[in-house]
Amino acid sequence: MSTAANVSATTSASGAQASSGRPVRFRRDHAINWWLTAAVAVLSLTVLVPLYFTIVTALKTPAEAGTFSLPTAWQWHNFADASAKVNYPLAALNSALITVAAVVLTLLTNTFVAYAVARNMDKRFFRFLYYFFIAAMFVPFPVIMLPIAKQMGSWHLDNQIGLIVLYMILGLGTNLFIATGFIRSIPVALEEAARIDGAGTWRIFWQIIFPLMSPINATIAILTALWAWNDFLLPLIVLTDQTNQTIPLAQYVFSSQFAANYPMAFSSYLMAMAPILVVYVFAQKWVIGGVMRGAVK
Amino acid sequence: MSSSQSAFSNRKVDRAYYWMAVPAAILFAVFLYVPFLQGVMYSFTNSQGYGDYKWVGLRNYIALFGDDRVWRAYGFTFFIAIIITVLINVIAMFLAVALNGRIAFKNGFRAIFFIPYTLSVLVIGYVFKYIFMNPLPALGRRLGIDWLSTSMITNEKLAWIPIVFLAVWQGIAYSVLIYLAGLQTIDNEIYEAAAIDGVNAWQKFWKITFPLIGPFFTINLVLSMKNALGTFDQVVALTGGGPNSATQTVTYLIYKGGLTGGEYAYQTANSVVFFIVLAIIAFIQLKFFGSKEKI
Repeated sequence: MSTAANVSATTSASGAQASSGRPVRFRRDHAINWWLTAAVAVLSLTVLVPLYFTIVTALKTPAEAGTFSLPTAWQWHNFADASAKVNYPLAALNSALITVAAVVLTLLTNTFVAYAVARNMDKRFFRFLYYFFIAAMFVPFPVIMLPIAKQMGSWHLDNQIGLIVLYMILGLGTNLFIATGFIRSIPVALEEAARIDGAGTWRIFWQIIFPLMSPINATIAILTALWAWNDFLLPLIVLTDQTNQTIPLAQYVFSSQFAANYPMAFSSYLMAMAPILVVYVFAQKWVIGGVMRGAVK
Repeated sequence: MSSSQSAFSNRKVDRAYYWMAVPAAILFAVFLYVPFLQGVMYSFTNSQGYGDYKWVGLRNYIALFGDDRVWRAYGFTFFIAIIITVLINVIAMFLAVALNGRIAFKNGFRAIFFIPYTLSVLVIGYVFKYIFMNPLPALGRRLGIDWLSTSMITNEKLAWIPIVFLAVWQGIAYSVLIYLAGLQTIDNEIYEAAAIDGVNAWQKFWKITFPLIGPFFTINLVLSMKNALGTFDQVVALTGGGPNSATQTVTYLIYKGGLTGGEYAYQTANSVVFFIVLAIIAFIQLKFFGSKEKI
């Protein structure tokens, strides 16, 4: 649009840069493209309208459901009814427990595996381990689904603990992939100084490396939490006892129970989505930053 | 012997590093590679998943090739996987470029487009099922659009559309962020130089942006294709494989036949075939798109 203005901005900025000796940020884009903004806004409706529809339907009477209008009388009792039907408190507790445990254990274990592999990539054995872990990223889950379901049953791990262990182990390939690049960017000199002071490898890891890994730890925590919280296939094949159900599994098991009472079904869906949506609203900048960091190596 | 130098160093490694990595490798093998090999073993038996079984050689594999259900499931899976992958990548790239461009409320829009990734596919799938079953046909009737006036989900020919829609709706969220991360690695000065040379928007995208985000394109392509080939939650939520098994994906068939249909050994054979097919696809993708880029 305004090439001339850009050029003059460039020249003046580089002039400023030359005088102060450090790069100066300057705004290249002054004019906002409102047509593009409108196009993006229309596209964003594909996300917002289904959410709006879920909320209004959850608060209607069965007779009113099916339109996009606001409810005439807000049926707040739908939530209590749905909660009793799918045993929501128990499922929410199970999901929370599994998610928190999976995130904590993943962070406490996957990070030092990544550290050991990243720091010894010049050795044949660790180079092999790197590919051994990464290769699993490309093995689609359905391939091992049937044997895993059988194994977990015979080891008496067809419960929350088994699920937590699986999240901790199955995520290792991806987490290693995300973390090794970051670890290799941490200067070895830090560790060498500590080693001269007599610190062992474990101590160096927990006291120096692990805190330095915080940004990438956040990425791993976010991705693991979203996975464990929303996962359906693993709980479906691993959990056998009804009292262990996670939220998505409970939705599946009770999906036929609402019959034609769609508002009650929708309040159940809304309650299933609400916890993570609330967390996301407050932490979206952090979540998005974390996910994007995982993509750049 | 010539002085063949190993690419690996002879430096001594602190034993603690082995303690860090080896137990994990063992657990990894026990929970991933061992089940996989067990699956391969069971595929040569007539096991139902419990009780006694006999070796049957290649009989499961031979039966797979004559099974109409299996051919249809593979055909359907590839059909939707290609459409899903193309749509996700085209739309996500457009969105990423737009979100990286001169638009208002950038951060707000970015946050909105990531919402689908935070939701359970199954749960939002139930919401979409209702939308496809009731309000949408009602709209079709009011507008007098024939194919829209009945539910797509119960129509054998159209039931793939809701499944693809849900997979794309959800898959875009993650891909947009990967592309955005890629776009932000591009130095603005390149665009400034191009602007001085009078490059138009179309050339700017194809000659500068696209080649520079090549590695991110590869990652997105491989990941979205892998996810699409494993489509499962969407089928459970929307169609249950129907109508008339028209929307059974391979994953759904393996789950249904293997865990609830008494075809344990037969479906593990199917898994092994599926694995080989997917490995070939991943290999081709990486060879074709990743030859100059490091993954």
